Amino acid sequence: MNTMIKPKHQRLVLIVVALVALIGAGLLAAYALKNQAAYFYLPSELAAKPPEQGRAVRLGGMVEKGSIRTRPDGVTIDFIVRDDKARVPVRFSGITPDLFVEGSGVVAEGRLEGPTFVADNLLAKHDEKYVPREMKNMSTAEAKAVIAETK
Amino acid sequence: MIAELGLAVLWMAAALAVLQLVAGALALRPATAHLAGVVRPVAILQGVLVACAFAALVSLFLTTDLSVKLVAENSHSAKPFIFKLAGTWGNHEGSMLMWVTIMSLAGGFVALIEKRLREETLIATLAGQAFVSLGFYAFLLLASNPFTRLPEPAPEGAGLNPLLQDIGLAFHPPTLYVGYVGLSIAFSFAVGALVTRDVGPAFARAMRPWVLGAWIFLTLGITAGSYWAYYTLGWGGWWFWDPVENASLMPWLAATALLHSCSVLAARNALRTWTVMLGVVAFSMSMVGTFLVRSGILTSVHAFAVDPTRGTFILALLAIYIGGALLLFGLRANTVTEGARFAVLSRESALVFNNVMLCGILGIVLVGTLYPLLTEAMGVKVSVGPPYFNPVSAVFAIPMMLVMAVGPVLRWREDKGGRITWQVAVPALVSAAALLAVELLFAPINLLPALGLAIAPGLAVASVQPLVGRNLRRTPLPIYGMVLGHLGIAVALFGMASEGAFSTERLAAMNPGDSQQVGPFKVTLQDIGPVAGPNWTALEATVSASYAGGAGTVLHPQARTFANPPGNRTESALLTRWNGQLYAVLGEEGEDGRWQMRFWWKPFVPMIWYGGALVALGGLLALLGRVARDVRRLVAIDKIAFRRERQGR
Amino acid sequence: MSEASAPTSKRPGLAVWLPLGLFAGFLALVFVGLYWPADREVSSAFIGKPLPAFDLPPATDERPGLATKVFEQGGKPRLLNVFASWCVPCAVESPQLAVLAKQGVEIDGVAIRDRKEDVARFLGQYGNPFARIGKDDLSQVQLAIGSSGVPETFVVDGKGIIRYQHIGDIRPEDVPLILRKLAEAAGGGE
Repeated sequence: MNTMIKPKHQRLVLIVVALVALIGAGLLAAYALKNQAAYFYLPSELAAKPPEQGRAVRLGGMVEKGSIRTRPDGVTIDFIVRDDKARVPVRFSGITPDLFVEGSGVVAEGRLEGPTFVADNLLAKHDEKYVPREMKNMSTAEAKAVIAETK
Repeated sequence: MIAELGLAVLWMAAALAVLQLVAGALALRPATAHLAGVVRPVAILQGVLVACAFAALVSLFLTTDLSVKLVAENSHSAKPFIFKLAGTWGNHEGSMLMWVTIMSLAGGFVALIEKRLREETLIATLAGQAFVSLGFYAFLLLASNPFTRLPEPAPEGAGLNPLLQDIGLAFHPPTLYVGYVGLSIAFSFAVGALVTRDVGPAFARAMRPWVLGAWIFLTLGITAGSYWAYYTLGWGGWWFWDPVENASLMPWLAATALLHSCSVLAARNALRTWTVMLGVVAFSMSMVGTFLVRSGILTSVHAFAVDPTRGTFILALLAIYIGGALLLFGLRANTVTEGARFAVLSRESALVFNNVMLCGILGIVLVGTLYPLLTEAMGVKVSVGPPYFNPVSAVFAIPMMLVMAVGPVLRWREDKGGRITWQVAVPALVSAAALLAVELLFAPINLLPALGLAIAPGLAVASVQPLVGRNLRRTPLPIYGMVLGHLGIAVALFGMASEGAFSTERLAAMNPGDSQQVGPFKVTLQDIGPVAGPNWTALEATVSASYAGGAGTVLHPQARTFANPPGNRTESALLTRWNGQLYAVLGEEGEDGRWQMRFWWKPFVPMIWYGGALVALGGLLALLGRVARDVRRLVAIDKIAFRRERQGR
Repeated sequence: MSEASAPTSKRPGLAVWLPLGLFAGFLALVFVGLYWPADREVSSAFIGKPLPAFDLPPATDERPGLATKVFEQGGKPRLLNVFASWCVPCAVESPQLAVLAKQGVEIDGVAIRDRKEDVARFLGQYGNPFARIGKDDLSQVQLAIGSSGVPETFVVDGKGIIRYQHIGDIRPEDVPLILRKLAEAAGGGE
């Protein structure tokens, strides 16, 4: 019976174990979130205060008219995402979403590599009313740049 | 006429719920204890009535009664039968009615069959269940009446979003609702037990089938949802840590913990307070998940009813029920007597560890899901994805799986390490060998997939160990259930790790006639042409894929365009072999006339969902075993009572 | 109590209140999340500013085109509705526009990136509450008045000053709000 926890202490021990796990989870989560959360940037913010190279971030803005170029491999595109203050070159390999068109709003998930933003994924608006939540709170000057409505 | 009838019946059911709550609450006072007899019949009748209301709504949808607003907005006379049916719950109002229906039917069922609990505790449970249902009745009747008529009938329905016109999606939400609602029963049991301070094995045994049932449906729902996202979204991934997915994962994690602590309470009368708390938490997580999805507070790939007033309503319900239950818990927990004790090395301890780790993962997922909300309140916009969720949840999942391998072979109450040397050594050796093989054959490989590939075989071996040395014919079904459930986790883990470690991807612009090598497959684009379906047109590629030089199999990935309402959807094509899946997506036509094609070869990826199905099957076996035993017990009690009666006469 | 012999002396104390505390934190967080952003809607910087100058050709043969000068002739406040035939919420809001038009509100439309035949079909199907409809193929006007999507509706007073911007479709419950804003614009313009 020597491994049996003292009767008086069993509930206390359970609570302490649970609390330690909870606090541990909390600290771990806080630490990981600080390092792993992907911040949202507008082009002007990206230009003014670029994130460290290779860090996963999201970039939201308008696809500049006439900027989409397809590379010879047929699946990699280069384009410019802009707001009214800055332009960021973006590269993306893959199948673009149906609603990804020049002049429309886009959110690119990816990272900076040199001056270029390399996107793993593009999110175009989902339906006629879809505006990324982040953009809803932009100032009008910024929102103006993100004309989400394109045929 | 049917609509008015449905509404009337719904009001009557709501009135009965009020009666059930009031009579139940009064019956707990000695002065009015005679009211106890009312509660059971009222609960049963309430269940029947609300089922009639739901049947009325179903019939309105099946006949496409366009004078009803909900039908006109969400259905279309030209829709296939199955989607008319699914349209009943494919919208906010209908899904709330379905929720109430399942909840009240379950409550009625408890009233009908539950004989183990003390009558007083059962009455408190049914009153709690009525209290929970009432909130949803109020929501339905005051804020989202599904039976509202239009001033004049619409000429035609507004259709169903093509993204939602999918057989998987049609039956996915109800599966999850059944799970959530099953947890509401567990919640009511917990509240009832707190009210009467009657937390013991009888409470755990009464609650367990409901938790098991809910857990089976949640498992199925999550598995199916993952597969749905995998084949419809066309991104090749099977889990995105999207808020909607997290909303279904969190109740599952809590229910899994509850299931295990229930076993401890039922078998050993320990972990009383903890089990009661989990009973409250599990349903809380269902409500929190529903709130996060429905209120649109977090943007998500598949959010469907974004409306702040609805969010407010659910938030209010959440505050009342969960806040109230946790308050009751705080007041009563100290007066729940301490349960039986156990040693550090015992099955109880292993289950406690499992519970704590599951709650750790739950906390991690909840914090990650809410974090964007927190930072936004401070003016910073972030999103949280796999780089956070994967490693951080693994920190808890890996120790949990190690203990999970050992727990089932430990004895209750107290065990000796020397007794189980072999049961620990064999799986450990298997895992070590697997790790060595992975590192030698496939190095460089990421840490998490490598650990998954190593742990999975060991866990698989460990999970069947409880059967070793038993008479297989006389082993109770719940043991088989546990074995299958744990084995399913190992299988799914292997699938996940293999997908993470060995997937290969090929993205290319192709002319008809071009070939590409994807893993062991050689894929050739043969042709691209138009096809038409009942309510869509599509461009369809004909792709021939030959495995390791063998004969070609033909796949047809499509890019579909829906007519009403307008929309687009990629329809990926899958080729399943015993050792993996080839995944093909058709993209756009480039300026030079070449077509973008994307292929993945994902070795053993279907094992993720086979594993999920195994887990659910394990749950089903355990449930059948428990229910069969309960039925035998009830029959025996009846017989004894009958005999006594005869003898007495 | 099922186990009268078990000791009740060991009290977990404050720990049992922890779940309630965490839950309260959660409630506070979502409360802020749910109601704060609602107050921080895109409130247009263009409110209180004059309409930018534009002159659009007609988008349909049934109605004339639209130019800024229409709004600057004094008189009643008018609604400027930015829409498109390809936009589903625009069709959804059409009954509300019809209600407004029936109450004597003058509505002008700007059709974004549209074709004449599509506009005609749209108006035929969902009704035509518009006095004039301009055709904005390049979204120039839409951009210039700070509209970020379709549908959007602006209340413009008799002097051509933007008084209110409504983002998204006008729902039946929004109609009184629009009417109030129109009344305010009429009052303020005098």
